[in-house]
Amino acid sequence: MKTSSTLTVLSAALLLSACGGEGDKTQARGPDPKLPEQQSSLLPSMKIAEPTPWGEQKPQVPEGYSVTAIATDLAIPRQTLVLPNGDILIAEGRGGSAAKLKPKDVIASVIKAQGNTKVKGGNRLTLLRDADGDGTYELKTVFADNLNAPYGLAFADGKLYVANQDALVRFDYVDGQTKASGPPTKVTDLPAQINHHWTKSLAVSADGRQLYVGIGSNSNITERGMEVEIDRAMVWQIDAQTGAHKPYATGLRNPTALTIQPDSGQLWTVVNERDELGPDLVPDYLTSVREGAFYGWPYSYWGQNVDPRAQPQNPAKVAAAIKPDYSLGSHVAALGVDFSIPALGEKFADGVFVGEHGSWNRDNPVGYKVIFVPFSNGKPSGEPIDFATGFRGDDGKTRGRPVGVTVDPKGALIIADDLANTVWRVTRNR
Amino acid sequence: MTTLPTYRYTPGPLHATLLAGSVPLFLGALLSDIAYGQTYQIQWANFASWLIAGALVFSGFALLFALVNLLRARPKAGRPTVYFLLLLAAWVVGLVNAFQHAKDAYAMMPTGLVLSAIVTLLAVAATWTGLTNLRSGDAQ
Repeated sequence: MKTSSTLTVLSAALLLSACGGEGDKTQARGPDPKLPEQQSSLLPSMKIAEPTPWGEQKPQVPEGYSVTAIATDLAIPRQTLVLPNGDILIAEGRGGSAAKLKPKDVIASVIKAQGNTKVKGGNRLTLLRDADGDGTYELKTVFADNLNAPYGLAFADGKLYVANQDALVRFDYVDGQTKASGPPTKVTDLPAQINHHWTKSLAVSADGRQLYVGIGSNSNITERGMEVEIDRAMVWQIDAQTGAHKPYATGLRNPTALTIQPDSGQLWTVVNERDELGPDLVPDYLTSVREGAFYGWPYSYWGQNVDPRAQPQNPAKVAAAIKPDYSLGSHVAALGVDFSIPALGEKFADGVFVGEHGSWNRDNPVGYKVIFVPFSNGKPSGEPIDFATGFRGDDGKTRGRPVGVTVDPKGALIIADDLANTVWRVTRNR
Repeated sequence: MTTLPTYRYTPGPLHATLLAGSVPLFLGALLSDIAYGQTYQIQWANFASWLIAGALVFSGFALLFALVNLLRARPKAGRPTVYFLLLLAAWVVGLVNAFQHAKDAYAMMPTGLVLSAIVTLLAVAATWTGLTNLRSGDAQ
């Protein structure tokens, strides 16, 4: 890309550009990652996705599995939800209204836009139905529209919850419905000023009484000021009946997806960590969310590693920060997480799937795939396994970028692709 | 002191404005940096970034005038060259400072503040030399 290469040449000329790593090999993944020293280059090293259509190609899935595009021509699909009758709901949209405060913001927004779809966000929920169970979703219809950048989806007790970028709303739902019976009811407002990280992730407890909403920070590392970080970078617990909320866990920079562990009822999340500290900092992570815990942002990362960019510093908060459970690697941009079920096959029976949107702040791109993190005894154990790849081809072109991943109880994985505006369904061959 | 042939050139109002205008812009960035360092209020860092961007536009066009001036100067040695090099140095350090200021939050400090001080001095020196040089009959 022209702008990027100009900048690359410029940074090389200044002899201050950071050297790229070697992909996944240098990335510390797992429960106890070894973290390198912080780097500060004059220009952040970057490699923006070069979009190209899938054409005849498809993502690559493990042997014994097949992948099908079950919906195309969507308007920026992000997260999906499988309803009790097997229908699939897709949240489509793009949010954020962050003002450009520095010359850098103006330039960076132009550069980063190259790696994303040019389609306008749908601000709607699309419903897919496969009535005869042949794997083809013959019905594609708008379930609800005029929403405000909907992202998180959850269903419990006959209620469909949608996390818009500014409010948590609720639809009444009866089995088989293909269109909302009216506009939604507001459960509560959500923090929406600036919305630098606008996505509001959502999960609901098994009994349907507690909702959890992930709210991202309003900056990379407080460069919009500390004042705008009130009620940001945290997970709220919301009473489904009253809409009353409290911070459930804090210091989570951008908790982009939430899910409940089936047996334990434990809340888990994937978090996107801060940029511009080097190619192998800071690891994005998968973690169980401990009530009342502080996970470091902005003062520190992965426990007590102080980030000097957040000033004034707060040693008491640094001391209180806890380490997350499992590193996914830096800059992979995990945007989706869901627990697997035995129906997905022996190798993938116990663990979580994670959708990785892919990096920008790294010379050697990482992410751009769906991985599986195996669990044993309810905890992550072992190296992640690639589950769906080929979103970024060997030719350096990017055909898709995974966002939400949802396990279909029928034994399939639903993957939302917000670059190709497609929803993929991976099934086990029988 | 060697007597140099008199170099005559009248500074155009646009050239003089661009050159002298970069001084308060760079100085404003320096003062903003100091304010940011004192208060951690991010808006000062934002001001500094834009002031540097403005200074680069002003000094960049002034640099073009300086280059033309240098090409036309007889002889080139002495102040036409010194003026051009000072202004070039100010612009290059200013550009590095712009990238330094593009780092998030306190990552720009303290290097950004130091660069702002250096570039302000360079801009003052370039302007002083340039306007002195360009004044007709004052080339000694």
